[in-house]
Amino acid sequence: MFEALSEKLGSIFKKLKGRGLLREEDLTAALKEIKIALLEADVNFKVVKDFIERVKARAIGKEVIESITPGHQVVKIVHDELCSLMGGEDNLSLSQRKIHLSPNPPTVIMLVGLHGSGKTTTAAKLAKGFKKDGRRPLLVAIDTARPAAIEQLISLGSQINVPVYGTKAGDSPVRVCSDAIKKAHSEGWDVVILDTAGRLHIDEELMKELDDVKAAANPKEILLVADAMTGQDAVNIAKSFNDRLNIGGVILTKMDGDARGGAALSIVAATGKPIKFIGVGEKIDLLEPFHPERMASRILEMGDIVSLVEKAQEAIGMEDAIKLQKKLKEDRFTFEDLKDQIKQIKKMGSLENLFGMIPGLGKHISRSVGTVDEKEFIKIEAIINSMTKKERESYAIINGSRKRRIALGSGTTVADVNRLIKQYLEMKKMLRMFKGGKGPGLNKFKFPDLNFFRGRS
Amino acid sequence: MGLFERLKQGLSKTKKNLVEKAEVLFLGRNVDESLLNELEEVLIMADVGPKASAEIISTLKEKFKKGELSDTVGLKNALKEEIKLAIQDGSGIKITKERPYIILTVGVNGVGKTTTIGKLAWRFKNEGLKVILAAGDTFRAAAIEQLEIWAHRSDTQIIKHKSGADPAAVVYDAIMSAKAKNMDAVIIDTAGRLHTKTNLMDELKKIKRVINREIPSAPHEVLLVVDATSGQNVIHQAKIFGEAIGVTGIALTKLDGTAKGGIVIAIKKELNIPVKLISVGERIEDLRDFNAEEFVGALFG
Repeated sequence: MFEALSEKLGSIFKKLKGRGLLREEDLTAALKEIKIALLEADVNFKVVKDFIERVKARAIGKEVIESITPGHQVVKIVHDELCSLMGGEDNLSLSQRKIHLSPNPPTVIMLVGLHGSGKTTTAAKLAKGFKKDGRRPLLVAIDTARPAAIEQLISLGSQINVPVYGTKAGDSPVRVCSDAIKKAHSEGWDVVILDTAGRLHIDEELMKELDDVKAAANPKEILLVADAMTGQDAVNIAKSFNDRLNIGGVILTKMDGDARGGAALSIVAATGKPIKFIGVGEKIDLLEPFHPERMASRILEMGDIVSLVEKAQEAIGMEDAIKLQKKLKEDRFTFEDLKDQIKQIKKMGSLENLFGMIPGLGKHISRSVGTVDEKEFIKIEAIINSMTKKERESYAIINGSRKRRIALGSGTTVADVNRLIKQYLEMKKMLRMFKGGKGPGLNKFKFPDLNFFRGRS
Repeated sequence: MGLFERLKQGLSKTKKNLVEKAEVLFLGRNVDESLLNELEEVLIMADVGPKASAEIISTLKEKFKKGELSDTVGLKNALKEEIKLAIQDGSGIKITKERPYIILTVGVNGVGKTTTIGKLAWRFKNEGLKVILAAGDTFRAAAIEQLEIWAHRSDTQIIKHKSGADPAAVVYDAIMSAKAKNMDAVIIDTAGRLHTKTNLMDELKKIKRVINREIPSAPHEVLLVVDATSGQNVIHQAKIFGEAIGVTGIALTKLDGTAKGGIVIAIKKELNIPVKLISVGERIEDLRDFNAEEFVGALFG
């Protein structure tokens, strides 16, 4: 929908290439584009304004590195600045991103937020996480306002085998909490997660209710659950909840969509509190730690360029990406290449990153590729390693007896081999659409199902 | 409190952030380029979006150059006109002669689909229509129970299957039942889904196919429910849901909570999908037909 920021900046800086230092007048047009990009990403206007000033101050006088364009370099500065604002590793230790546990159990965690931000689902995800860590969580449903909210939590609780303390609609939230905590004490539940009702930050009566719950439950952590799609109001929402309750952090939900998530920056700027986790799916185990760098790339919708700059600086990876791009265009993608790619992926952390490196490809793919289970790579590598050179070059010769041999050699099954071949073909088919860089299918492009990487359990 | 007053109250946050901010900005100022640039900032802050804001401001700038905006009173009126123009022909929900009239409700997670359906059912019931609710959200825990409570409140019938069932089958049953009982309308609830999940969008297409097979002219209304607190991602949502199943109208929820109802303007300007319903409060009667005249009136009045 919007022209990529990198392309716009590229043309702005064209005449500037390789020329001495960045000056203010060189930057004006670029900063305007960056401003629009951030606004399109829903970063709050005031936050954007301050941010642009910071970038300007940092960029003026910077030497233009020969190997990359000034546009890319400015983007890198913007990216770094975004990272540090959202609590880059240097600003915020990892322990600050974790959930604080109380020395005297139970640790009470209270989730607050607007309607529909995802509190109940997040409560269940947290409980599952704690359970995995060997703790004994208790979920408490104190959303007595929304129809069937308590049933929702009970149903989620039973899916993950975590007890839910809930009462019927209309009960006083404060009483329910106090009773639940007493129960946790006597029965030895060491983490109590309070799922409060959604409320508007401007609803005085309901905000007061949160004060009361806080006073009664004395939570160790109050977490604001916020929707990644939130617009300009994110600042006010976060500020209201923080001023009132002094929250410990934020969980940003629905990050599996394509919202660029500028709200993340607005929230951190407004509260100074860290984003601790992100929600990336409707299944109960999909809560991930927050990575400021990834978020910065996402807000700028340009992970590719930032990675390219970084790679240029580290002088690795680039050539491989170009080689791959060439192969893709010529439709010469073999099993050997797939194996190389897997090696790369291992180095780079994720498939998303790898494809993100290829100009024009990353944006379309990254949203349809999830995280990939590293263990599955070992299996795939083993299968490819068990193929002969000829087989790797032309899959067509792999007949039944060859498949049996490959399966035997790699310690897998013929079904595994078949699956890999099928996925390889799908991948090849879709890559063909990219021939020439702008196939008709580019926009409708769908990445093949990569479930085989995850083992289809 | 009259209906208009109620609307005004619901929109007071938006008004405060858009119109009153502009008014403060205008105090003691002459109309000039820099004032218009500052006005653009006010629009962006109200979630009108950078693109739609730029368009509105450039029109105002042209008027200014032609000498049509002599003072800030004139500017305020021109702004009001521009906003009205941008959101025109939002028409409200109308049930035509088709029977049963099928309304398919879709949207991302947590926008308020089920609540909107509950309120809409209550309204239809009050208008003397016979309504069936179809519990098509078979995925989210307790979604069916939530719709049941609304069915009870609005005294309407509900067709439901077990959690995890095929939503298209629920929809099929609801339509069959509506036909057999000569019902006036079927309102279909669906699971919230992010527009980026292709498999879930395919599921919606299947639901639509099933409806279409039983009643060729249906669904008569495909209502995309949108959270007014959301930002520019709404444009993506509307675009992709629209491409998948053809959105005919938008229901904008939680407009009372957000200071930024400006997304109404962005949606209409960029996608030309009319806003049909707005929700300005939690009360059952707070779901209203959208009317551009009234909306702008409440905002500027």
